[in-house]
Amino acid sequence: MAHALAVHALEKRYGSVEALKGVDLAVEEGELVGLLGPNGAGKSTLVKIAVGLVRATRGRAEVVGARAGSRAARAELGYLAELFRFPGWYTADEVLALHQRLTHSTGGAAERKRLLERVALADASDRRVDGMSKGMQQRLGIAQALIGSPRVLVLDEPTSALDPAGRRVVRVLLEELRSHGASVLLNSHLLSEIELVCDRVAILRAGEVVAAGSPAELSRPRGVELETDEGVRTVEGATREDAARLVAEAVAAGRRVYGVRVLTSTLEDTYLEAVGDEVS
Amino acid sequence: MSSVFTIAGYGFREAVRRKVFAVVVLLTAAFLALFWLANHYVFTRLSTISPPADVHVDTRTFAGAFLLGLAMFATLFLGVVLAVFLTLGVVTGDAERGLLQPLVVRPIGRSTLLLSRFLGAAAVCIVYVLAVYGIALAIIDLTGHWLPPSKVAPGLELAGGVVIVIALSILGSVVLSSTANGIAVFMLFGAGLTAGLLGTIGHALNSHSIEHASKVAAWALPFEALYQDGLRLISSDASGLTGFLLQLGPFGGAYVHGWGIRVWSAGYLCVALALALLAFSRRDL
Repeated sequence: MAHALAVHALEKRYGSVEALKGVDLAVEEGELVGLLGPNGAGKSTLVKIAVGLVRATRGRAEVVGARAGSRAARAELGYLAELFRFPGWYTADEVLALHQRLTHSTGGAAERKRLLERVALADASDRRVDGMSKGMQQRLGIAQALIGSPRVLVLDEPTSALDPAGRRVVRVLLEELRSHGASVLLNSHLLSEIELVCDRVAILRAGEVVAAGSPAELSRPRGVELETDEGVRTVEGATREDAARLVAEAVAAGRRVYGVRVLTSTLEDTYLEAVGDEVS
Repeated sequence: MSSVFTIAGYGFREAVRRKVFAVVVLLTAAFLALFWLANHYVFTRLSTISPPADVHVDTRTFAGAFLLGLAMFATLFLGVVLAVFLTLGVVTGDAERGLLQPLVVRPIGRSTLLLSRFLGAAAVCIVYVLAVYGIALAIIDLTGHWLPPSKVAPGLELAGGVVIVIALSILGSVVLSSTANGIAVFMLFGAGLTAGLLGTIGHALNSHSIEHASKVAAWALPFEALYQDGLRLISSDASGLTGFLLQLGPFGGAYVHGWGIRVWSAGYLCVALALALLAFSRRDL
């Protein structure tokens, strides 16, 4: 069975600059994959190749088995660009109606109403785009990407202009989409967001995937912290399985145990290890 | 097909909402008002012009064709201004502003998108050119009781010239930034007009080299040749000294004309659009 989205040995060169150096990545049906990396790592290039905005120098990209950029691939896609704008004189409802016509969606007014509600813009359907805040426009962009219930959703920095409440709306939406079996490739700088919603994460650096796996796989054990009447001590190298034994040993030694905590590295630690000191 | 109408409608709506459209409409209204005034005074005083008895000039035909030539030049100029400003940023400009990306990823195809934008701009400009030309014709008829022997074809050729400029502007928009494209297309337009005037000068001086250079330019930039052919058609029944004087004026002398240049223009338009589609299909956004 074809992957929802897959890139194989993907290379992209802009003149003398190698933006991608043989990237392999797959998003399975119903999977939410996060893409992380510092600026210039090649994330946006990868996303743009996947949606057909940029042509690969070598390798291939496919959407549900169809060549990326082909009509068949685009018919399965919903896309939110990192930098996008809708004509200022369109209302939110008109933007969605335009994209419904272009995707041949038969959802009509009911679909538009439902999508605007999902991105918390139900009250703004008649508001013109140039009267909307940046965050509202970004949420409208997400609604636009969801028109026609695409099988694959590619979101490039979907929360960059959103306030915490807006981010929460998007996070809930992503969780909802995953529960409905949509496949999502999410490019974001926000590690916490990726950690909270993604099934898998790929970290890019200088055009290469330098780490990949589930957030849990990428988070390594850092020891067990034990709080006793002697104070707090950390047992390096210990894991979750060692916690009960360490508590029992402390009690047997006559110590009073007040707390025990299994320490793991966060996705942020893993990310910083993977990309070194590159500023994102 | 519905996608074509959707994008063409999108382009049309964008076109009529732009400030440049309002500016062109205002300038056009001002031009037509002044044009009416000029016609009124010229034709009112026509009877006072008395050439020598042995000089046979049809003053009404001369004045009518000259004034309509002026109107055709203004119509072409304003039509080109409108065409360029509506299309100079169709690809690179819209991509830089982020307007293009949400549309390109939809399953409509880049070629459909570009052709639809062309059709949207062409529809606006053709209606504009034909309307202004028609009004100018009506003003001359009402004030001077003169109409050219060919009434429709010159207007269609003017519209055709503007459509070619649209195709060139769209082609330029694929590879150039909006500003660079606007400058490039206006310079091409200026070069075409200059070459046309050069041909008239060459004819007056009986210089075959200058006439030849003008002909080459007209084939290379056929919007100019179509405009010249339109000028030829409005004075095609002027003979003798009247025709000679019109030929020497700035609105006379079509050295490339007829069905040859019309067919060439149609082919030129197709090639310009095909190049634009090819370049757009290979363009990273």
